[in-house]
Amino acid sequence: MRPAICLLAAVLPLAAQVSYDRLRQADSEPGNWLTYSGNYSAQRYSGLNQITAANIRHLRPVWVYQTHTTERVEASPVVADGIMYVSEPGGSVTALDTLTGRPLWKYSRTVAKGARGCCGQVNRGVAILNDMVYVGTFDAHVVALDIKSGTVRWDAVVADPMLGYSITAAPLALKDKIVVGMAGGEYGVRGFIDAYDAKTGQRAWRFWTVPAAGEPGSETWAGDTAKTGSATTWVTGAYDPEQNTIFWGTGNPGPDWNGDARVGDNLYSDSLVALDGDTGKLKWYFQFTPHDTHDWDSTEIPVLAEAVVRGEKHKAVLFGNRNAFYYVLDRTTGKFLAGREFAKQSWAKGLDDSGRPIVLPNSSPTTEGAKVYPDLSGGTNWFSPSYSPQANLFYVAARDVGGVYLKGNAEYKPGAQFNGGGQSPIIGEEPIGVIRALNPDTGELRWEFKLHSEAEAGVLSTAGNLVFAGTNEGDFFALDAHTGRPLWHFQTGAFIGANPISYLSGGKQQVAIASGNSIYVFALEE
Amino acid sequence: MRLVCVIFSFTLAALAQIDPEYVIPKENPYTTPADVKNGQQLFLGQCARCHGSKGEGGRGAVLAQPRLRHAPDDDSLFLVIRDGIKGTEMPAGYAVDTRETWQIAAYVRTLGRLAPETVPGDPKRGQELYRAKGHCSQCHIIGGQGGSLGPELTEIASRRSAAHLRAAVLDPESTLPEGFLEVRVVTKEGQPITGVRLNEDTFTIQVLDLNGGLRSFFKEDLKELQRDTGKSPMPSFRGVFSATELDDLIAYLVSLQGNQ
Repeated sequence: MRPAICLLAAVLPLAAQVSYDRLRQADSEPGNWLTYSGNYSAQRYSGLNQITAANIRHLRPVWVYQTHTTERVEASPVVADGIMYVSEPGGSVTALDTLTGRPLWKYSRTVAKGARGCCGQVNRGVAILNDMVYVGTFDAHVVALDIKSGTVRWDAVVADPMLGYSITAAPLALKDKIVVGMAGGEYGVRGFIDAYDAKTGQRAWRFWTVPAAGEPGSETWAGDTAKTGSATTWVTGAYDPEQNTIFWGTGNPGPDWNGDARVGDNLYSDSLVALDGDTGKLKWYFQFTPHDTHDWDSTEIPVLAEAVVRGEKHKAVLFGNRNAFYYVLDRTTGKFLAGREFAKQSWAKGLDDSGRPIVLPNSSPTTEGAKVYPDLSGGTNWFSPSYSPQANLFYVAARDVGGVYLKGNAEYKPGAQFNGGGQSPIIGEEPIGVIRALNPDTGELRWEFKLHSEAEAGVLSTAGNLVFAGTNEGDFFALDAHTGRPLWHFQTGAFIGANPISYLSGGKQQVAIASGNSIYVFALEE
Repeated sequence: MRLVCVIFSFTLAALAQIDPEYVIPKENPYTTPADVKNGQQLFLGQCARCHGSKGEGGRGAVLAQPRLRHAPDDDSLFLVIRDGIKGTEMPAGYAVDTRETWQIAAYVRTLGRLAPETVPGDPKRGQELYRAKGHCSQCHIIGGQGGSLGPELTEIASRRSAAHLRAAVLDPESTLPEGFLEVRVVTKEGQPITGVRLNEDTFTIQVLDLNGGLRSFFKEDLKELQRDTGKSPMPSFRGVFSATELDDLIAYLVSLQGNQ
């Protein structure tokens, strides 16, 4: 092993130094994929254009990395200077040479016994900053690893996993801080977003997504229901360095499907919060689904882009929400600018002038079951959308699926699930998935490409005028970014529930996607 | 395949209220009359649609029998209700906590004490009708013998009630299993092929044609792909069998319990 590593060191610029300036200017080096979503604006857009409609028929797998786990891999890797850093279930991390697919080092995380989560020990990715790689773990730690060896530099406890806290999202690296979200929305936890000193692991600030008694927003919870209010933060947000503002989505209020006790809007659940990067102080919030009883977390990706609404240009946040509505918000104030449904829904008549949903009667869960669109997995979910500045389109993996919502008992017991109901499928109705391209200014549909079943994988757009996505049945595929015409597909052999990325390796464009418990990497055949 | 994906989605969506620290006792701790009554209510809401209100079966297994193949004892029954049975149409329980799962189990055990379903007819004569007059073995396998176009029937009685089987013989399209789809494709060369969908994704489809041939197509290579939802290649046997013969045939099918 040692001779092989020495040999690689001779030909690879091993262990890149990834400064904050590089992260901030990630668009200027499309050969790398430096953050979870590719850039701070979370656009999941690659500026590479080697692979195009004209040559994509020559796209072939060049290597596969198998994680040797039985858990599903949802990771979206980060790539810097020829090295891919990929997280694995639980919070393990492997550094891979992108030319050969061979591991350079591996950090193996042993998850604390008894750690729990609703949906498996998934981990969606890492962050890199300077000479460290950062990962959140399923047992609710955040760990800094030496970028050259994977050795632990520091390991900070974030929360108690025995109460249902876990981390599944990739951290977000700022100038000198590592921002992490947490999961556990089915366990009656109290949600937060944390920032840690990048060098030492000392906690710099915490923003509670459920206010304490007497704080602004606490009046939106009846009695002491805020104590088990959830509003978790399990998908990585975006960052605007100019404003020094973090944008982060929050999850469902607890209990999920029984809102009887928690009368009120339940701030800041199902919201987008804008926080000061230095202090974690709330700048503004926008709540998408007040008093949610359908588990429609707003833990989707906030995409930062310019939008033209009613003739006026805005620095905006674009947001395709699990509640089946698309939103355009002013990035500075949080003011609602535009919105409309982008997936099948039956719960709201529409959005009012402030963006608040006009809720229809008979759309809440009942003990007998209420049929509502979308189902609890939503019009979309955690998997990433993409914004192409070249095509000026917002791409989203949408789901036109309904469900029968059931209301049940909700009794809080620390560490146990606290759901208050559930949802069953609509018998005889096939779930529909669609890749949709929307006008980013309005949410109007430009084109769509239907999938065989509901979508659970994210979307990547490229300067080669391509859109990449995946299917539940294992198809990794590419569409024409302007028309949605299918151009290429490859059967990976396993469920795809992850986000694609693109970068250069040896000067050649590669595209990577996790499928099953492996990472597949593709490049043009010579 | 679709079922697998659906089950995956449920897992993702956290439907089962599972306490990972819960140690499942060997015996049901919730068996009072009040527990059974609550279990019955939950059963009627969530289980009866497939298993019948008295456990007589339908789309789901017959539960009104003393021994359940997947759940011979209390703890295995608890697990089946809580987690479902992978690879089958049986899903995990929706929105039920540990106590409610046990209460459903308590009610299910009362079904096992109902008198077994009596079916008129002679199973021996039914077996002969199955072979000769019905030519059923052309499409169905029993004990390793027969054709593979239709579902295997070796243990069909453990999964379907007599009433369901009778309906399947007389009106096959009223009893199609979840995910079943007859398709008709026309190749670019103009060749029409009808069959049963085995699998499908966004770009391809796999079909068992009516001659028993396994076919796989890229959709872009097809001139036509028609989904005949609700259709079945199985003919109706209404008018083929007399009332007595039908009783005999159903008696034979009800005797097919597999290896208990």
